[in-house]
Amino acid sequence: MPEQLSGAQALIRSLEHEGVEIIFGMPGGAILKAYDPIIESPIRHVLARHEQGAGHMASGYAHATGRVGVAMVTSGPAATNLLTALQDAYMDSVPMVAITGQVATTSIGNDAFQEAHTWGMSMPATKHNTLITSVEEIPDTVREAFHLASTGRKGPVLIDIPKDVLADTMTWHRPGEIKLPGYRPAVKGHVRQVKAALDLIETSQRPVLYIGGGVVAAGATAELKEFAERINAPMVTTLMARGAFPDSHPLNLGMPGMHGNYTATTALQRADLLITIGARFDDRITGDPKRFAPEAQVIHIDIDPAEIGKIRFADVPIVGDAKAVITQLLEQSEGRRPAPARLPWFEAIREWQTNYPLAYEQDPDGPIQQQYVIEELHRITGGDATIVAGVGQHQMWASQFWGFEEPRRWINSGGLGTMGYAIPAAIGAKVGTPDELVWAIDGDGCFQMTGTEMITAAVEHIPIKVALLNNESLGMVKQWQHLFYDGRLSETELHPHTPDFVKFAEACGGVGLRADRPEDVARVIEEAMAINDQPVLIEFRCDPEAMIFPMVPAGGSNDDIAMSREDFMSVEDPA
Amino acid sequence: MKHVIAVLVENKPGVLARVSTMFARRGFNIHSLTVGPTEDPTLSRMTVVVDGPEMEQIVKQLYKLVHTVKVTEFEPGTAVEREIMLVRVKADPKRRGEILDAARVSEAKAVDVGASTITFEVVGPPERLADFLQLMATYGVVALAKSGRIALARDQKSTKKQLKSA
Ligand SMILES: Cc1cc2nc3c(=O)[nH]c(=O)nc-3n(C[C@H](O)[C@H](O)[C@H](O)COP(=O)(O)OP(=O)(O)OC[C@H]3O[C@@H](n4cnc5c(N)ncnc54)[C@H](O)[C@@H]3O)c2cc1C
Ligand SMILES: Cc1ncc(C[n+]2csc(CCOP(=O)(O)OP(=O)(O)O)c2C)c(N)n1
Ligand SMILES: [Mg+2]
Repeated sequence: MPEQLSGAQALIRSLEHEGVEIIFGMPGGAILKAYDPIIESPIRHVLARHEQGAGHMASGYAHATGRVGVAMVTSGPAATNLLTALQDAYMDSVPMVAITGQVATTSIGNDAFQEAHTWGMSMPATKHNTLITSVEEIPDTVREAFHLASTGRKGPVLIDIPKDVLADTMTWHRPGEIKLPGYRPAVKGHVRQVKAALDLIETSQRPVLYIGGGVVAAGATAELKEFAERINAPMVTTLMARGAFPDSHPLNLGMPGMHGNYTATTALQRADLLITIGARFDDRITGDPKRFAPEAQVIHIDIDPAEIGKIRFADVPIVGDAKAVITQLLEQSEGRRPAPARLPWFEAIREWQTNYPLAYEQDPDGPIQQQYVIEELHRITGGDATIVAGVGQHQMWASQFWGFEEPRRWINSGGLGTMGYAIPAAIGAKVGTPDELVWAIDGDGCFQMTGTEMITAAVEHIPIKVALLNNESLGMVKQWQHLFYDGRLSETELHPHTPDFVKFAEACGGVGLRADRPEDVARVIEEAMAINDQPVLIEFRCDPEAMIFPMVPAGGSNDDIAMSREDFMSVEDPA
Repeated sequence: MKHVIAVLVENKPGVLARVSTMFARRGFNIHSLTVGPTEDPTLSRMTVVVDGPEMEQIVKQLYKLVHTVKVTEFEPGTAVEREIMLVRVKADPKRRGEILDAARVSEAKAVDVGASTITFEVVGPPERLADFLQLMATYGVVALAKSGRIALARDQKSTKKQLKSA
């Protein structure tokens, strides 16, 4: 007998068919119908405290697992709350499906209660979005959404469902074949271009593999290792690619860019060949693109043709999936001459590494330095943790000082730089990988945006750990005011003791700990490590004056990298 | 420089909004945009005239829209291009004959004659419309309505075939 289902039941059934195990969200009028079948469904639902939180949870889940994260919220204000998380996921190519309730089809356009033009507002913030207008469309639309979110250049897809469509009934049918005549993501690269790439690599004296988040998305770590070793080229990993390649590998120079280390940034700048894989020449990396890597030819491998040539001309463009193309490169390089030793290039690199290391000093009697907390955390956990960062100085220090060895264990908001990302994303990551240790490294400013999700973590038994680096300020912005506005601080100082973060954590149902001085750091981390049934937050009272270096001023040239505040003053042109 | 781009899109609700939102978001300037059905009911054809030095990024961004099936940029002279316009010209009875003579030369059709104006319909390649407008400027143009451009590649295979070979 054909089964009659309501639209709401068909929606949840469709999600089950996609293998969804968890939904992050919050109910409300327009989506209410869809919350009823959740009671019987094997899908777990995590009730967020704010829809932005639900969206970042889905994102954290997707980053940690590689699977599609799902958020479901109601219409109007809930949908607009979700928008930040959608744009965030769009910028970082995170696979997500968002489901929003909508007013009844008969009311659309009438300024009905809690009506927002979700479809229109989310259009430029998603890879694709659909307003369902009839119950029959549900199975196919859900299938299509998951397909789009998880293939090609991944990204968020939104489905807007009016409440009368959820109430309507249909004869259940499984989704049909996907019919998207205009959607044909590339996989393999062009054979001739692959050969051209190998020719360039062979003759290059100063190649650099410029590795981006696309390598993580493609799951190409193993292939990349073989390839890098075979062609004997040093590598830089963008903020989105930390962990795509082990930091401990001698070929990995670490992160380049505005706050990258000297060697990585300078190697890009001096290279004669950039082998760019799954990276998009972001302005945090290139500085002024006209003065970026002036002597380099470019091989650009990317799954999205629009990225190739968008910022930088590619001498050898290769459209394809990173894993597939690296595999082709490996196959076609069989039988070629072994890679040259490139001794002068590696010598120059070693010299930079020796002369310009990332450095800081922890005065045992002074305030806690954020770098010290990160290094102690790394030591005590043995580096075996997933790190989820907020946005600001603490994020940059985390990227610089944590040694990443595996992909999907560094989760942050790179493209949009969304403050408040860490706590909800850590919750999503922990739900997705419950056996992993998940540490959020957050700033005091960021935490105050989404810290209420600690309640979600506590009541849903999601034992994340939070290292709150309290520098009593919107540190990154304060640093710009110090450097570019003569130290005229305007609205960047936060109250040193308000809120009381320890009490806040406790009020949320978690454990709150505090480290006031350097000698407390290790002990308190050990204490937190012993708690595994509740969320724990440690407030580290850090140096409010510390600045993040190296730094390339925005829009400047990577030749003008400043290693310290003094250095900065000397490179800054007073004009 | 103006470029003419033909975009075959799935005939789905909102597809025009998707294209125009993308143009706005990416900061591309549209000179004109027309959209209408094709011989295949599942597809619509948009003809976009764009101002800009370089079309590569625009074409790629159009392709990124899930409902875009095929994008073609016409090299100058490779397409049949048409526009239509309605233009109302001041015409006091004394000069009517003169104006109508001029119109005949430009293949403009008088479609409405009023007490002191004549409205012409002009169909043709964009240059013909421009020429006629210039001609009428001396008499005084009171109102003007212009379609966007439509274009088909010369000697083009049918849309269906193109889909397959894409
Ligand atoms: C405060 C702050 C400071 C920052 N400073 C720095 C900095 O100093 N250095 C730095 O590196 N970043 C920095 N960033 C991050 C920066 O803004 C960008 O997010 C980041 O550089 C982009 O990384 P990416 O080039 O790896 O591209 P991503 O955004 O990760 O994009 C991935 C690319 O890979 C492609 N792709 C996706 N899937 C595949 C696949 N399967 N195969 C092939 N290609 C694929 C995509 O099309 C895209 O082009 C900072 C961010 C913030 C918030
Ligand atoms: C939603 C949002 N608003 C504003 C900003 C601008 N911004 C970037 S970093 C930053 C300060 C972050 O403060 P905190 O979390 O304490 O981090 P810190 O830099 O002090 O480590 C601000 C305000 C942003 N990135 N995101
Ligand atoms: Mg701070």
